[in-house]
Amino acid sequence: MGSAGSADRYLPDTVQQAVKILVVGAFGVGKTTLVGSVSEIEPLRTEEHITEASAGVDDLAGVGTKHTTTVAMDFGRITLNPRIALYLFGTPGQRRFWDLWEGLAEGALGVLALVDTRRIEDSFDVLEQLELRGLPFAVAVNEFPDSETYEIGEIRSALDLLDETPVVLCDARDPRSSVEALITLVQYVFERAARPAAPQEPAV
Amino acid sequence: MTAPGEQPERAVRSYVITKGRARPSRNTINVDTLLVAADPGRPLPVTASREETALVRMCARLLSLAEAAAHLSLPVSLVKVVASDLVDSGHLAARSGIPEAAGPDTQLLQEVLDGLRRLR
Repeated sequence: MGSAGSADRYLPDTVQQAVKILVVGAFGVGKTTLVGSVSEIEPLRTEEHITEASAGVDDLAGVGTKHTTTVAMDFGRITLNPRIALYLFGTPGQRRFWDLWEGLAEGALGVLALVDTRRIEDSFDVLEQLELRGLPFAVAVNEFPDSETYEIGEIRSALDLLDETPVVLCDARDPRSSVEALITLVQYVFERAARPAAPQEPAV
Repeated sequence: MTAPGEQPERAVRSYVITKGRARPSRNTINVDTLLVAADPGRPLPVTASREETALVRMCARLLSLAEAAAHLSLPVSLVKVVASDLVDSGHLAARSGIPEAAGPDTQLLQEVLDGLRRLR
């Protein structure tokens, strides 16, 4: 949307609450495109240092070596009303960044998982991790111009999702389409939060 | 000592700036914490680091920690530590996001939904 000079980089002083949504997905799936299409500011980039253990032969001596990697995250902002600002963080989906999710996901409304049907297998690990970590998420299928067209049901079964997980088709370049994907996620999170905790009943 | 304009090695510098700490003094400081210089602006001590001074200046008006870090080209982990100290010392005021344990309430989610729907 609009570009931001330094004059309008700031939030209105009336804003009291920031909320955030993570946008995760495999490399090249369109995270930055989606963030950029809905952000009211020029998307910004932060760097975070993470320490990762080296896997494989290094560990043979029983001395785990660690090294520091820099991970870049693009993020954007939408001031939703005078009181609330929404931040969208594009977060890489590779295995070595999963621990980074923990910190970022603290207090997040939810996660939008972007999927590219041309490389659907790239998404399996990411979606499995989201389920394992109990992070509320919706799947947005970013339709590239050369993507084949699939029914939502086909995609759902290919991804082996829980029945309750929403799936939506989107074009990450299109602000309206990206907003619809975010609405789908927040609607889902809202319904989860609104429904009373289900008592653990044995199956009949 | 570093010559003016020289960019020292970042990994070493971060550690020095934060006085050897990797974690902020407050665990409520996160990327989406909103920061603003405390009013009335208390002068920083003369011993304040360049990063502390820059962060307070950057937060002359309301901004998220992530934005401040990006504009200052500093790593988020470092800015968390510096911001946390400045909140402790009363130079910055923080408006936090949602506490980790509490999770968003339905009223807040409804407001977010309404806000997103207005963008349709």
